[in-house]
Amino acid sequence: MSLGQVWAIARKDLLTEGRSKETLNGLFFFAALVLLVFGFALGPDRARLEQAAAGVLWVGFILTGVLGLTRAFQVERENECLEGLLLYPGDRGALYLGKLLGNVVFMLGLEAAVFPCFAFFYNMPLWGALPGLLLTAALGTAGFAAVGTLFAAMTMHLRAREVMFPLLLLPFVVPVLLAAVKGTEAFLRGAGRAEAFPWLALLALFDLVFVTVSLFALEWIVEE
Amino acid sequence: MPSRGSRLVIPLGLAASAALLSGLYAGLVRAPADAVQGEVQRIMYLHVPTVLVAYLAFFIVFVGSTAYLWTRRERWDILAHASAELGVLFTALTIAAGAIWGKPTWGAWWTWDARLTTTAILLLIYTGYLMLRAAVEDPDRGARYAAVVGILGFLDIPIIHKSVEWWRTLHQPSSLARGAIDPALLFPLLLNMAAFALLYAFLLAQRMELGRLEAELTRRRLEE
Repeated sequence: MSLGQVWAIARKDLLTEGRSKETLNGLFFFAALVLLVFGFALGPDRARLEQAAAGVLWVGFILTGVLGLTRAFQVERENECLEGLLLYPGDRGALYLGKLLGNVVFMLGLEAAVFPCFAFFYNMPLWGALPGLLLTAALGTAGFAAVGTLFAAMTMHLRAREVMFPLLLLPFVVPVLLAAVKGTEAFLRGAGRAEAFPWLALLALFDLVFVTVSLFALEWIVEE
Repeated sequence: MPSRGSRLVIPLGLAASAALLSGLYAGLVRAPADAVQGEVQRIMYLHVPTVLVAYLAFFIVFVGSTAYLWTRRERWDILAHASAELGVLFTALTIAAGAIWGKPTWGAWWTWDARLTTTAILLLIYTGYLMLRAAVEDPDRGARYAAVVGILGFLDIPIIHKSVEWWRTLHQPSSLARGAIDPALLFPLLLNMAAFALLYAFLLAQRMELGRLEAELTRRRLEE
């Protein structure tokens, strides 16, 4: 497994997406819509919205991820592309990391576009908190994408994949949701790094464990 | 021809019935009512054994899944599958018994406490495991996918636990682990724990025999 192989796969996926922008546009509107829908559901009380803001943001990210993460393997279903990919030299580990990297970059790009909408609708001070927020977003996204990419490979052949994928993914990423919401909250309040740090460490641990295990696990999933 | 496991079923069943009956007697009749909580505390004799058996069951899923991926012997997969079903059953029992205890004690069926939340997430993860098994048509592929979920789920438990523990805690810490339990209450509890472990072993042996017959049936159908 080499970095070149990982990058080649990620680049291919990002290039395809960048040229068609099929899912990118749709998912951006979906994420913005989630922010709005929660605004309606919670009512116009500004204090209440500000309190719930970090949670709403991450529910938005994760729901968008549920729709977006399956894409990496869905595109390989057509014309037996996956079989073609597997014929190339390089192992399953490189395939997993490449798909994961593509997914993370894709989701982060999307999230970067959602942040301004979030600041606008929820009246959040974004500028000062931005480095911390982006760090939390990167660690949290890597976490749910690590599990999501693996489960996407697992569910790609199932008839009930639209239901099975979120059913499997959401309980697994509860720690990611908790830690990312708490970290985001700390940065939004300007509470400083000390309060956010344990949550960021938890996210990093989650990322480390699940990227490592999934790296080996893909071997057993795309066997044929 | 009955397998080695099936010969264990009847003795295990008899031992489990005897232990459960004496456990019920010791817990519901013999043991004194709790000084503070009164009669409702007796639910502990059900609640603590079921949750411990549930954790044991999920550990066995992990062992069976790892061994299956390692050796590719069908019986390990049958073990993991059987244990996952029992784990889900005992987790559901734990939550139900806990809610019945919680209503008079805390004044609510459910609270968002660390242990309750962890248990609920476990229930969801392993329900997902069972649903995935049902959704994959090819038995070999289903076994491999399930094994990966079984391993990942078990690795997720400590992270989930840590994250919700930081998030909030209301549940009393384990009295057993602190050694803060009166011998008059401890004996019935230990007896019930043994009884529920036997019940688990009995159901597991029964379910594995069924799994073996199911696999045999599938094989014969394919041969026809």
